[in-house]
Amino acid sequence: MPDFFSEGFFPNINLQDSSNWATDFVQREIIPRFPDFPVELGSVLVMLACAGIFVAVVPLLPLVLVLAERKVAARFQNRTGPMRVGPWGTLQTLADGIKLIFKEDYIPPQGDKLLFLLAPYIIFACSFAVFAAIPFGQNILVSDFNIGIFYIMAISSVIVMGVIMAGWSSNSKWSLLGSLRSAAQIVSYEIPLGLSILTIVMLVGNLSMREIVGSQDGGIFTWLIFRSPFTFIAFFIFFISAIAEVNRTPFDLPEAESEIVAGFHTEYSGMRFALFFIAEYANMFAVSAIGVTLFLGGYEGILPGYDFLGGLPGFVIKSLGLVFVMMWLRWTLPRLRVDQLMNLCWKYFIPISFFNILGTGVWGLIFKNDDVWSIGISCAIIYVGLIGAYAVAGRNMARKPEPQPSSV
Amino acid sequence: MNPEEIYKTLIDRFGDAVLGFDFELVGDPNIQIAPAAIAAVCQYLAETDSLAFNSLMCLSGVDLGAKDEEFSVVYHLHSLRYLHSVVLKTSMPKTDPHLPTVSHIWKTADWHERETYDLYGIFFEGHTDLRRILLPDDWEGYPLRKDYMEPDFYRGMRVPY
Amino acid sequence: MESIQQTESKIIELKPFTDEMIVNMGPQHPSTHGVLRLELRLDGEVVREAIPHIGYLHRCFEKHSENLSYPQIIPFTDRMDYVAAMNQNWGFCLAVEKLLEADEKKDFEVPERAEYLRVLICELNRIASHLLSFGTYGMDIGAFTPFLYAFRDRERLLLLFEKICGARLTYNYIRIGGVSEIIPMEPGSVDEQNYLDEVKEFLDYFEPKIDEYNDLLTANSIFSERTMGVAVMSEEMAISYGATGPNLRGSGVDWDLRRDEPYSIYDRFDFDVPVAKDIPELGALVGDCWSRYKIRMDEMKESVKIVRQILAEGLPDGPVMAEMKAVRPPKGEIYFRSEAPRGELGFYIVSDGTPKPVRVKGRSPCFSALSALQELSRGLMVADIIAIIGSIDIVMGEVDR
Repeated sequence: MPDFFSEGFFPNINLQDSSNWATDFVQREIIPRFPDFPVELGSVLVMLACAGIFVAVVPLLPLVLVLAERKVAARFQNRTGPMRVGPWGTLQTLADGIKLIFKEDYIPPQGDKLLFLLAPYIIFACSFAVFAAIPFGQNILVSDFNIGIFYIMAISSVIVMGVIMAGWSSNSKWSLLGSLRSAAQIVSYEIPLGLSILTIVMLVGNLSMREIVGSQDGGIFTWLIFRSPFTFIAFFIFFISAIAEVNRTPFDLPEAESEIVAGFHTEYSGMRFALFFIAEYANMFAVSAIGVTLFLGGYEGILPGYDFLGGLPGFVIKSLGLVFVMMWLRWTLPRLRVDQLMNLCWKYFIPISFFNILGTGVWGLIFKNDDVWSIGISCAIIYVGLIGAYAVAGRNMARKPEPQPSSV
Repeated sequence: MNPEEIYKTLIDRFGDAVLGFDFELVGDPNIQIAPAAIAAVCQYLAETDSLAFNSLMCLSGVDLGAKDEEFSVVYHLHSLRYLHSVVLKTSMPKTDPHLPTVSHIWKTADWHERETYDLYGIFFEGHTDLRRILLPDDWEGYPLRKDYMEPDFYRGMRVPY
Repeated sequence: MESIQQTESKIIELKPFTDEMIVNMGPQHPSTHGVLRLELRLDGEVVREAIPHIGYLHRCFEKHSENLSYPQIIPFTDRMDYVAAMNQNWGFCLAVEKLLEADEKKDFEVPERAEYLRVLICELNRIASHLLSFGTYGMDIGAFTPFLYAFRDRERLLLLFEKICGARLTYNYIRIGGVSEIIPMEPGSVDEQNYLDEVKEFLDYFEPKIDEYNDLLTANSIFSERTMGVAVMSEEMAISYGATGPNLRGSGVDWDLRRDEPYSIYDRFDFDVPVAKDIPELGALVGDCWSRYKIRMDEMKESVKIVRQILAEGLPDGPVMAEMKAVRPPKGEIYFRSEAPRGELGFYIVSDGTPKPVRVKGRSPCFSALSALQELSRGLMVADIIAIIGSIDIVMGEVDR
């Protein structure tokens, strides 16, 4: 019986903290003051405290995001959004939460009760477990695995289990349709998502989130999105696939309200529904944070050497920026159909992703280290590509006849 | 073609099955057709090139009164090719309200006939799917008949309020 | 025993059989536009059959009408198509007026001013109806924002209606022989000028908005992909199913009662009738969902054009109500159809010379158009069903009456 957790499944993968930052912290901050304090206990306590802060703080995030979404939507639609509870409606989500807690917890009598009760917790737990590996700042993270991004991919795939369980156990045909859509969609879009993450991993040569951020510490042009033209493409594939992963418009088929009522959570009410809701917004923030970490420099600033609060404000601002883009898309675009969704994934994203991986490999061979030259050439190619794309799109738009009233 | 010409054409073609033409009627004068021949007449009107009545505007049942012996069904036809229209009317005894369907000629007649069946109890022979359409499937009686008495209860619910 | 099982499993292997799922879509469903119930036979996402069941909003309009005098029926027509109630009032009044005109003993004529007011208000009502259709269609396809834009603009129209007849949804404004005078508006008075100015202000505001909505939704590539080439209704099929109005023109038939059988004073106005045609560059086919939708967008512009012509001419002087003692049409039968926003609204009235009709049949355009759904939806996907229902623009109040 091999000891998996000390040896690992594979020789290079270590599930334990690779940098042991908690031990470092204890030795740096506590031992000088209390020399007799046991280091192991200290590091465990520090990690627990960190986890506690996360568990307490991260659920607040969806509360803010829900309100933000409603306010953003209201702005898009010439409305004011919630205005009654608290100043400018800022406590609206809290009021909604209290309402949801007091609502009847209905369980469909013909459904599978155990699965029905379990499903929201699986989704909730998975979407929060993802936060454990996201570095919010230089020392602000729960645990730094050396396989951080791999862990995130693995955990976020478990969400689909919860979705299928919710859909199946509700004993509702709408739920079943929604959960099957969701399963097909999440499984499909995981492939381009994973492949675009792979381009980053190939360039950095490491799976650890901190290492990935660490390689982008030289200001905006060392961010991985600009490091090669292929990562630039990969970022957009990643972001679109991520929107599909978290079931947001235009990919919100699993909960398309105009087609299948509310999809997999049709039968849920009260706090269980709220768990789905919170998980959705937590997920939204999580994928944005992953996108920022992988492509947009993480907690590193636009200028090198920026280190205010460990880079936390910059990280949060960048993540919220991506969240805002998701909201923007949601309130602007209609929804795709199932077959179009699958076409987009299998016919466009996956081939492009493979091309990206090939290209990244070649790029890595040509430019062995990241110097001014490689970044300069990369930015130049991106710039030319953007201009070209703009010209092509502009020409298409010009050629596209403005639908005129066809009169006879 | 105006209705008089169409009436003459129909007389030539169908003879006795065309019962008359009510010139005096205020509004839209109609051509009366024997109930058994209505489908044949409609088919002729729809498929003859010089008439080409390709659209059935309206199909309605009529019950003129409780004492009246007959139901009528009125067909309002229009031709989008020649822009002429005609009204056909057919009457059948209340004791045996049967009529051949025209739903194979104009598809819109499908639902209109179902509605007429639903509200008047006129049976359209040859209709593929003659079910109630507006009322519940287990409703009793045909409400637009003048001698209709509403039931006191429907599935335990009081009907008159 | 075992051998039977083996045979069975072999059959299963050779002939993979997928179970069909029967789903009830509606009567309570976010996008069946009211209380339509569809019985869907689904093979996964593919619809094998969609059978519409209607009647959930049946309020016995025809039975009621037989027991009411003619003016009393008008409020009931409001409740048929509550989205375009002005046009429903007008359709019924037109039919009764036609009967009254046919009476040789009396000299009956609708005053000029009333006709202008009717066209003005009904074209505004058409815009309101098409706006609602545009908004809900966007929402059916998944875009939420156009819905609120449409309601924002419709709100201004409803305020205009409220100013002229006191009601926002069920107007009872157009009466037999003229229009209601419940809120007095003297010819040439300040009230009239203010009202017309407000209408003009709305048109100036609204006309550029149509282009904006076209940019936002009509030209959106996801939207066009969802609707173009979906559920093509051929010309023959549209005529045979009795699809009328925008649905018929969306199938490429150039037919508009306002132009081809002009009633009231429509022959005095200059407007185009939008008809769908193939747009190969975009992928739109005549008769698909997008064409039907686009006709409505274009018709709003035409309605704006008509209203602008009325504003340019100004309302004529005179009374708004014909002089008559009681509405008592002669013995006779009439079928009269007018162009409501959803298509040809026909009223078949049998009168026996008493103040109450013997028979009133409302031929609703949605009823006929909806009957095509079963054939249109065969073999499409669940999401397409929603696209079809939205594109034929049904109002269940009118389907069920």
